[in-house]
Amino acid sequence: MRDYWSMLFVFVLATFIGLGVIRKVSRLLYTPLMSLTNAISAIAVVGSLVVTGADYPQTIRILGAVALFASMTNIVSGFLITDRMLKMFKKQ
Amino acid sequence: MIHAIGQLSAVVATALFIFSLHWMSDPKTSRNGVFAGVAGMAIAVFATWIQPEIIHHAWIFLAIIAGFIVGVPLSRVPLTAVPQRTALSHAFGGLAAGLVGTAEYHLWLTEGPENFTTFRMAALVIEVILGFLTFTGSLMAAGKLQEVSWIPQRPVTYPGQNFVNLGVLAAAAVLGVMLVVNPMAPWAPNALLGIIGLALLFGVLLIIPIGGADMPTVISILNSYAGLSAVAMGFVLNSMLLVTAGALDGSSGLILSIIMCRAMNRSFTNVLFGAFGAVQKTKQIGEAKVWKQESAEGAAQLLEQARLVVIIPGYGMAVAQAQHKVRELYDQLTKRGVTVKFAIHPVAGRMPGHMNVLLAEADIPYTALAEMDEINPEMPQCDVALVIGANDVVNPAARTDKGSPIYGMPIIDADKAKTVLAIKRSKNPGFAGIDNELYVQDNTWMLFGDAKSVIGDLVKQFAGGGIH
Repeated sequence: MRDYWSMLFVFVLATFIGLGVIRKVSRLLYTPLMSLTNAISAIAVVGSLVVTGADYPQTIRILGAVALFASMTNIVSGFLITDRMLKMFKKQ
Repeated sequence: MIHAIGQLSAVVATALFIFSLHWMSDPKTSRNGVFAGVAGMAIAVFATWIQPEIIHHAWIFLAIIAGFIVGVPLSRVPLTAVPQRTALSHAFGGLAAGLVGTAEYHLWLTEGPENFTTFRMAALVIEVILGFLTFTGSLMAAGKLQEVSWIPQRPVTYPGQNFVNLGVLAAAAVLGVMLVVNPMAPWAPNALLGIIGLALLFGVLLIIPIGGADMPTVISILNSYAGLSAVAMGFVLNSMLLVTAGALDGSSGLILSIIMCRAMNRSFTNVLFGAFGAVQKTKQIGEAKVWKQESAEGAAQLLEQARLVVIIPGYGMAVAQAQHKVRELYDQLTKRGVTVKFAIHPVAGRMPGHMNVLLAEADIPYTALAEMDEINPEMPQCDVALVIGANDVVNPAARTDKGSPIYGMPIIDADKAKTVLAIKRSKNPGFAGIDNELYVQDNTWMLFGDAKSVIGDLVKQFAGGGIH
């Protein structure tokens, strides 16, 4: 069991890192930024993986599989469309 | 050993995600950002998959394959449909968080009651509420953006709306507190069901009063919620990786929401509870001013004689899919030595950065795109301001008319240009239903029609020999 205070600590620090990094993102790229962060937050997939694949009751694993599908869709479509948009930004 | 690999991969993935966002600071390095993101994701997924507690693999394979089957077509949508795709992905993110939260609760109930600490239960309740409200809220937003017929486009308001909305949220919060205090009571699973139902309902109610012009803000706020629901999931599952990745997503949504709100001179609460579309009373302008209409030929001549042309695109350009015709016009003008710049208002279109992506798709170099703050000092030197399907973002009432609902919103100073050409689909007021005095100014000429065909006509004037 991990110490919850340290998790809150990590959350606060990660939020400040996020604010710092995002503030510097080019204003041209806000649309791809949104699809990229969306794909990244689909890291929730690691949670659904465990719920789907571990030795749990079947109903619980069904919920996990649906969540896994939803996260996987975001990962695939998020990264692909971000790259597709970024390719279009040309200097000349 | 294998557990240590899992922990190490989480650290590496976190670092890669931060690099990924860092590289988005410049279009030149931005594609590295995608590769870093994909690498971080792949490492984290494989390191989790090889953990010994994962023993059933068939469903995992099936869910991943299904994710590809749905995800690949979703990444190929036309760029005008990117706002609804983004809203849909927020919905998926919320759904995943809500479902995992529900699954964890039932798991703890049957085999791990020692997990029911106040902290984790509170995180679980927050995860479920945020997840499911983001799910229906984003679906509604996606439906409005896609112009699905049974979802009203116009903001829907009724007396006591905020009271109802906050009441629903408060009821969910009360049930949540009861559940946190007493997670193993016989009624507790039903309380969780009640929370889920109320959160789903709240998501719908939250988006009903919101109109198209507010979509950039609302999408950003939903982005933030989706990130925060992932953070809450991290607290529930004891996963630092989820907490950090969710925090990055949440802070990104937060910054974009703040930028969008500032660009409209409004507050969060005003966007969510202000029902923008309902408050307008279309005010009659005292003396009946009339439009002056210009022909394609006359407009082309004006453009050709200009030294500096500033094009101001809005949602009308996206609706008409006019960006490729705009590119042809850009080519014709630059070929004749005219300097052409694009002035992008932060809330032009239906999501942050919408116009930039459409113009980039049409191969317009990003060096020609200028932000509102950069371009406004240049507007008095601008010979022709060409407004394409933009309305509120160039409405001078925002500067002058204290009674206007958009008073105080920063605008692109199109009215300060020497001449204004405005392309407009119809003679009706714009989305917000506000009169725009720019159109009846002495130096403004109107071009009525679909943006694509009007600009096509202009291009023909240049290419077809009307103008040499």
